[in-house]
Amino acid sequence: MANVLVFIDNPGQVLKKSSLELLTIARSLGETAVAVNGELHDDAATTLGAYGAAAVYRPSADDLDDYLVAAKAAFVAAAVDKSGATSVLLDNSPEGKEIAARLGIRLSAGVITDVVAVDADGTAHKSVLAGSYATAAKATTPVSVFSVKANSVNPEPAAALATPETVTVDVPADAAATAARITAREQKVASGRPDLTDARIVVAGGRGLDGDFTPVEELADALGAAVGASRAATDAGWISHDAQVGQTGKVVSPQLYISAGISGAIQQKAGMQTAKVIVAVNKDAESPVFEIADFGIVGDLFKVLPQATAEIKKRKG
Amino acid sequence: MEETLKIIVLVKHVPDAQFDRHLSGEGHTTDRDESILSELDEYALEAALQLIEARGGSKAGNKVIALSMGPAGAVNAIKKSLQIGATEGVHLTDEALTGSDAAATSLALAAAVRHLGGDGPVDLVLTGMASTDGETSLVPAQLAERLGLPQVTFASSLEVDGGRVTARRDADTHSETVEASLPAVVSVTDQINEPRYPNFKGIIAAKRKSITTLSLADVGVDPSQVGHAGSWTTVTSAEERPPRTAGTIITDEGDAGIKLVDFLAAQKLL
Repeated sequence: MANVLVFIDNPGQVLKKSSLELLTIARSLGETAVAVNGELHDDAATTLGAYGAAAVYRPSADDLDDYLVAAKAAFVAAAVDKSGATSVLLDNSPEGKEIAARLGIRLSAGVITDVVAVDADGTAHKSVLAGSYATAAKATTPVSVFSVKANSVNPEPAAALATPETVTVDVPADAAATAARITAREQKVASGRPDLTDARIVVAGGRGLDGDFTPVEELADALGAAVGASRAATDAGWISHDAQVGQTGKVVSPQLYISAGISGAIQQKAGMQTAKVIVAVNKDAESPVFEIADFGIVGDLFKVLPQATAEIKKRKG
Repeated sequence: MEETLKIIVLVKHVPDAQFDRHLSGEGHTTDRDESILSELDEYALEAALQLIEARGGSKAGNKVIALSMGPAGAVNAIKKSLQIGATEGVHLTDEALTGSDAAATSLALAAAVRHLGGDGPVDLVLTGMASTDGETSLVPAQLAERLGLPQVTFASSLEVDGGRVTARRDADTHSETVEASLPAVVSVTDQINEPRYPNFKGIIAAKRKSITTLSLADVGVDPSQVGHAGSWTTVTSAEERPPRTAGTIITDEGDAGIKLVDFLAAQKLL
């Protein structure tokens, strides 16, 4: 019997780093099974084995992607029942959290979101109130559900390669009945940059960019970083709303956050102050961002950023 | 003639994020002394008001009920909602609710929604995308699961027509159009509209609007199902992080870009 079930939605050709992190945490808690929705390519299946998955649960239905959340939650709940898992790990994306939410009600299980670590006894660690508190929480129910933030652990394959058995799970008939249906889907153009919430480095720009994100994008590309923005910049339409970091946007915890032309008011701080290292560039020495920056530069970002970009390229050869 | 709508908007009073916020007591719950209407709930309220205004407003029999669960202070979020334009307010309050997690909160709210459907079916339950304090975003999905209703979450646009709701959702890699039959639970993002401010007329009108207070007994919930006792999670410790302190701040003298790279190299971040 599996102790831990990891849910991976549409793994694609290569498993995402955040999925590998879930598998790494799962293994530290017990025997791991994986519930996979969507196509499972050979390479991804091999990786599941390399990360110690003993079983792979697959839904009997192939149309779960046509429904919003509820159908996937019903599938994962059925997989938990079948596998006997007592802990469930999901990613911390908005959809991951909502699947966790519905799963919690279906299984009468406590749900803890935004988790960065799980102890062997099921205690989960997270930050609350915009990173100002570190809390530990535990589910008091037989099954615990955790949605885990990206960049929480270093992915490590298992010592021995496993060959997971495949088990088909019947998706309950009521799964789609009460679900909203997705009637159209448009792919957005891929930027080729890392995903903002998963990125190791984020370069973000704000009001000081005055409509021109070029210096931020060039520095980001030199560092292999994701591009973020303050609400002022996204509201002004200078960059897509997806790039917004802050209370109403994405909350990121990268190794390095470079803030350029952002004053760093509370709404922005809420999205980035758990970054390991913060660098700020702003022409106003009174900007609140300098109160939390490990390295701050009072200066013109249109001079500082391009100079840094050129220097990085030079050093990287 | 369009159908009339009965919409419940969930509103929450939260600590003002402009100031320091604290956890206290044995259960590590949030201090709510200086609380305001959660900014993100204003978008849900605005969406509700636009839907009923397109159908002749309250005069035509449409309703926007601002429902809040919480201690005495929660009534302030309801009053603000009435000033903005909600047609009536409902305050679910009970000592036993203190310390409820998302699961217990959704149980109590589901019971309140069912209770409010007693004098005519509820068409929509509208919420913000998250609370600005707990920020788990769990409650809308859990409420939908408990009520057996479709959820349409993170809507950046919303239309209601012929007993169906259609919404647009924007994710990082794609946008989608989502459809569900009413009744449904819908959460909206801060991209959906520009919330209005209460005007003088609204503030005066709000004084004449009623706020109904409901206890757990009124909505048929046993106290043991909510609060710390009824929650499925417990916070075992909470530690205030030392605030981040400022590091080195330099003024650009023409070589700050190079110094930035030196700093990154020293931190092994290149």
